[in-house]
Amino acid sequence: MNNTWANIQTVCKRELTGYFASPVAYVFIVIFLVLIGFFTFSAQLGQFFERQEASLSVFFTWHPWIYLFLVPAVGMRLWSEERRQGTLELLFTMPVTPWQTILGKFLASWAFLILALVLTFPIIFTVSYLGSPDIGPIICGYVGSTFLAGGYLAVSSMTSAITRNQVISFILSVVICLFLILAGYPPVTDMLIQWAPSWLVDTISAFSVMTHFFSFQRGVLDSRDVIFFLSLIGFCLFTTSVILRSLRTN
Amino acid sequence: MIKVNNLVKTFGPKVAVNRISFEVERGEVLGFLGPNGAGKSTTMRMITGFIPLTEGSITVGGHSIVENPIPAKRLIGYLPENAPAYPDMTVRGFLSFAAEIRGLRGAEKNKAIDRVVELCFLESVVHQSVDTLSKGYRHRTCFAQSIIHDPDILILDEPTDGLDPNQKHEVRGIIKRMGEKKAIIFSTHILEEVEAVCSRAIIIDRGKIVANGTPAELKGRSKAAGTVRLKLGGLSGSVAREKLTQLSAVDKVTLLNDDATASTLDVYTKSPNGSLNAQIADLAHQEQWRIIELYTQEGKLDEVFRNITLPDTKIKEGSAA
Repeated sequence: MNNTWANIQTVCKRELTGYFASPVAYVFIVIFLVLIGFFTFSAQLGQFFERQEASLSVFFTWHPWIYLFLVPAVGMRLWSEERRQGTLELLFTMPVTPWQTILGKFLASWAFLILALVLTFPIIFTVSYLGSPDIGPIICGYVGSTFLAGGYLAVSSMTSAITRNQVISFILSVVICLFLILAGYPPVTDMLIQWAPSWLVDTISAFSVMTHFFSFQRGVLDSRDVIFFLSLIGFCLFTTSVILRSLRTN
Repeated sequence: MIKVNNLVKTFGPKVAVNRISFEVERGEVLGFLGPNGAGKSTTMRMITGFIPLTEGSITVGGHSIVENPIPAKRLIGYLPENAPAYPDMTVRGFLSFAAEIRGLRGAEKNKAIDRVVELCFLESVVHQSVDTLSKGYRHRTCFAQSIIHDPDILILDEPTDGLDPNQKHEVRGIIKRMGEKKAIIFSTHILEEVEAVCSRAIIIDRGKIVANGTPAELKGRSKAAGTVRLKLGGLSGSVAREKLTQLSAVDKVTLLNDDATASTLDVYTKSPNGSLNAQIADLAHQEQWRIIELYTQEGKLDEVFRNITLPDTKIKEGSAA
């Protein structure tokens, strides 16, 4: 057991050094912070000031859309790069189980995304300076955003195992994540409800990250939402392991 | 240490490895020979647990690679073909990762890294990132990774590929020295390497073992093995040939060169361990020939290799065209 954790840590550490060895990590963090700042404070889009609300709801509203492109950009190299460089052979002949490597690599990228998210902390100070916000929804929002990033990342892990080509991996992952958003996005569900039975619409939207992310934003820490994201992550990582195994077979 | 039994690997309808069995013990260096696509790398990948087997069994140090892969993999150091390494890491970072995943920590880890850096001549590039390395250095970095935990078993897929002649010589030296205490399998295209390093060699062709023996035994299969090269001064070659052909141990005699001053002949033997040399010596003494050169030729490994594998290579080339 101890050994398992040590192996996961080692893989995780290697992956993280990989991120910070190149300027890509810093560029990514800057882009993320600029984008999220722009969408939140823009007078046309987020209207953070115009709303005169002491809450971060406009800030969190944009997360699913910004993550839609940025998380696949982080996750696309996860396995496709290992395949392209041939290091997959090295990794899978070392005394670690496939699960330890899958988890280690996933946790590394997740930690990186969480770091980027943590760096948005000035916005908490801003909103506290301007008013007296309810801290509950803010914490819940951050927890939800963390899970959201993890869910997208697990999807990217899966798509990057499919191909050596990072671009294909990126596009596939964006498409799947977009589906996960749209299935529960109000404009889409409102349109569906006009001709589909409501149980069907509810079923579809239950698979959407939006439905579950919204309830975090409202400040509700519901175990069902946590379970949803954890099962999304679990399912995608399991699929990753299946894909990697079939790769080695053929 | 390594037992391979009735190993089969199929990729769809293609049979890559077809009922291969062999064993390697501690203190042995086994050379894996064969044309490209013969199944060498596939076999090595199965032994190291990278790809699953279709049929058969492999045990490494008593552990089945299928049922008990982790303890088996702990015993193995593996250098894959093309020597992959993480390009975004420094050489030291990469070796440190390899050491940690093998369970080495702290001072023990640093000692292991220093040892392989010295052994593989990586001192000058230790802080360089892997993607800036030349092919030779990258290869040795990956080789260093495979020996960082001082494994009992080493599997090396073309360990000298892409190295310059000096580096090749060094790596062969390392392999040979390590072979005294470890069980080593390595594949190569370079036949002189087999003679220099291996205690035993296996030739694989189209997924089957077609020859298995010490390099000397394999060379013995050569037609040229045991043939005596004879150079005589001041004697017509055809006269000498006639006399030589009458000897009981002689199979046939070919005249390579014949001029007024000297003639050169190859005397083929009927059986490699017969009395050919003695008979020739007696004849020369009796006839008072002036011998300039007289030596027994060793077989040539590349000739044996070609004889065993060439027909198949031709078929492959035909089907590829």
